Amino acid sequence: MCLGVPGKVEQIWDVEGTRMANVDFGGIRKEVCLAYVPEVEVGDYTVVHVGFAITKLDEESALETLRLFSQIGALEEEFGTPFTQ
Amino acid sequence: MTTEHLDLESWTCPVPLRDSPTVLLGHGAGGRLSADLVEHLFVPSFGGDASALADAAVVDAGGARVAMSTDSFVVRPRWFPGGNIGALAVNGTVNDLAMVGATPLYLTTGFIVEEGLEVDELGRIASALGAAAALAGVRVVAGDTKVVDRGHGDGVYINTAGIGVVPDGVEIGPTRARPGDAVLVSGPIGMHGIAVLSVRDGLEFGTEIRSDCQPVTSLVSGMLSAGVDVHVLRDPTRGGVAAALNEIAASSKVGVQITERDVPVPDDVRAACGFLGLDPMVVANEGKVVAFVAESDAERALQAMRADPRGAGATRIGTVTDDHPGVVVARTGIGGTRVVDLPLGEQLPRIC
Amino acid sequence: MKYLDEFHDPDLAKRLLDEIHATVTQPWAMMEVCGGQTHTIIRNGIDQLLPDGVEMIHGPGCPVCVTPLEVIDRALAIAAEPDVIFCSFGDMIRVPGSEKDLFRIKSEGGDIRVVYSPLDAVQIARDNPDKQVVFFGIGFETTAPANAMTVYLAKKEGLTNFSMLVSHVLVPPAISTIMESPTCRVQAFLAAGHVCAVMGMRQYVPLVEQYHVPIVVTGFEPLDVLEGIRRTLVQLESGAAELDNAYPRAVTMDGNLPAQRMVLDVFDTTDRAWRGIGTIPASGWRLSDRYADFDAEARFDVADIRTEESPLCRSGEVLQGLIKPHECSAFGTSCTPRNPLGAPMVSSEGACAAYYAFRRLDAPVGAGAGGTT
Repeated sequence: MCLGVPGKVEQIWDVEGTRMANVDFGGIRKEVCLAYVPEVEVGDYTVVHVGFAITKLDEESALETLRLFSQIGALEEEFGTPFTQ
Repeated sequence: MTTEHLDLESWTCPVPLRDSPTVLLGHGAGGRLSADLVEHLFVPSFGGDASALADAAVVDAGGARVAMSTDSFVVRPRWFPGGNIGALAVNGTVNDLAMVGATPLYLTTGFIVEEGLEVDELGRIASALGAAAALAGVRVVAGDTKVVDRGHGDGVYINTAGIGVVPDGVEIGPTRARPGDAVLVSGPIGMHGIAVLSVRDGLEFGTEIRSDCQPVTSLVSGMLSAGVDVHVLRDPTRGGVAAALNEIAASSKVGVQITERDVPVPDDVRAACGFLGLDPMVVANEGKVVAFVAESDAERALQAMRADPRGAGATRIGTVTDDHPGVVVARTGIGGTRVVDLPLGEQLPRIC
Repeated sequence: MKYLDEFHDPDLAKRLLDEIHATVTQPWAMMEVCGGQTHTIIRNGIDQLLPDGVEMIHGPGCPVCVTPLEVIDRALAIAAEPDVIFCSFGDMIRVPGSEKDLFRIKSEGGDIRVVYSPLDAVQIARDNPDKQVVFFGIGFETTAPANAMTVYLAKKEGLTNFSMLVSHVLVPPAISTIMESPTCRVQAFLAAGHVCAVMGMRQYVPLVEQYHVPIVVTGFEPLDVLEGIRRTLVQLESGAAELDNAYPRAVTMDGNLPAQRMVLDVFDTTDRAWRGIGTIPASGWRLSDRYADFDAEARFDVADIRTEESPLCRSGEVLQGLIKPHECSAFGTSCTPRNPLGAPMVSSEGACAAYYAFRRLDAPVGAGAGGTT
């Protein structure tokens, strides 16, 4: 469930008190409601579900997670072959 | 219960068309429901053989091998990035003829116009159709126009029928795939379907993606001139590459293995599919060819296509096997496998 | 797409898989709650790449699958009314009610429209003042804020021709129900990442304490799912039972507070019948009294529609992870994506449909127990 896709906020405007934005998803642009993410600004990444931003995407955390993945098994590589199926 | 290998024939309901007493949108979407309608309703009425249905029929007309095809165009909206219903009406039929190796020559066109359509727009559509015909090297030689009451025609529907001549010695058809054949695609997929969705009510999104609507005749003649042993050709329109591969696998009774990472999907098409929850393999194309060629001719075929601007990005995506006949299997990005099934019906964006 | 494509990297996937294989010394069974995670697992062949003894039990995390049959029937009744424009997410269009689905209603003349967002339905209401526009508001906690804001804005604007048919379901009560089942084999959970992005992780602390099972909040891309599985296995192998966050780029302990405030205002908790499982107390959300004017059930007087489920459909057992889709005698025979008996065969996230669409060539066909994958 919950197809939530990360996109980059490009422009923000206000519609009678509700913050709306143009969000870029790798070349696809869609209007998104930012009402739930008051801390998100232009240039930030946010996770969008059915036209609503539900959280700011923590870019540092994303990069750290990828870095951790690349470290997994690194020790085994030095000292022995990984166990594979 | 014993474990047995999947028998695909037994997996679908044996009683044809009991699903719905009324025609559903899915019946026109190029997937399993469409195949059902053709196989169980139309073909029996026309006295034909459903197992060898191809994009075009090759018939003997007084000694000449003539290819004939017909297609109807109901696309909505009528104007979309990269194309329109008029251009589609030409290229759709031209490409169907090219898929049996024919040189497309002449088209007829029938317009069903809804009362109230702006004459201006009809003019622009006709213009676009004429321009596309000129570009495709075919002549429109006969036509018909009907007008239906307001509320009964969705603006305009167009039918085109085309004929072409199949050169001697060319035998291309859906039953001709053989184990070992190379499976090629002429370029990046998913563009047309996404371009149309991007301007459809309720789903609009901003994108640079344009339909790939174009004639592919030159790609076919290019391969044939280069001496490529072409077995099967299919233009992956409704139902996408998934439908095309499944239909050929079923007609030729062979298995098809593809490598997902080798299937060319433009980044923005991938993004749109990710955003809507669609599989690029089932998204329609209107200017591409899927080709099954003899393994030894694979490289030559790719070079012939790439030499043509319409075939930039041609690449190999898989191989025909005698394993799992009738089933298309993909090796996934991370090294697993999955079955690529015939899409059911309308492709709908999802939230899940 | 940035922050998406990187989480499909095949080399990193191999690292994670190697590490998973190096970690496991005995069989384990864990449940991924979310249908999106089931989809990722089956579509990428992750279940085939895991060590033989590690079993993924597919949970009831597909709101489409668990929406009660009678709610579908109410939706169909509303959609069939004249001068109604019925708007829905694509997922729900093929879900069978007692006799028909929305696609069939459309072919019979109903005005059914697929929308990407509930806000699109409000726009349709503004554009069609002479019609009643109804939005089918289903989903887990992830979708609730969107539906809540939509009703809030409709009320603020004073729209009189818009209403919502609400049937939200909540994850934590489902986890409790599964753990309380006497036939429960689940030893750990992968919690749904986007549900937690909204509601936070806090709700899962008491579940870990009460049932002593690892709960790892997990994302949806292949690397995220592999990492969630890896962390879960590390806990299981060491006898630990903790709440862990494997999706820190989107999930925090507190979650999204503005979203939580809105859903608490617009919705009230209610008992909810889960298709195939039965009624789980306090497991759903309905429109609160303050927003009763926008409740489509009341406006169209369909609240009395009640229906029973097909005895042949074992979706309940599939949804609870008690059987695999291919162990159901109807799977692939009387129940296929084209003629589904139950929702898990319809929804692209449903376990049955996932098994059918991406099925393994060697998955056993036929009835009865025995035969595991």
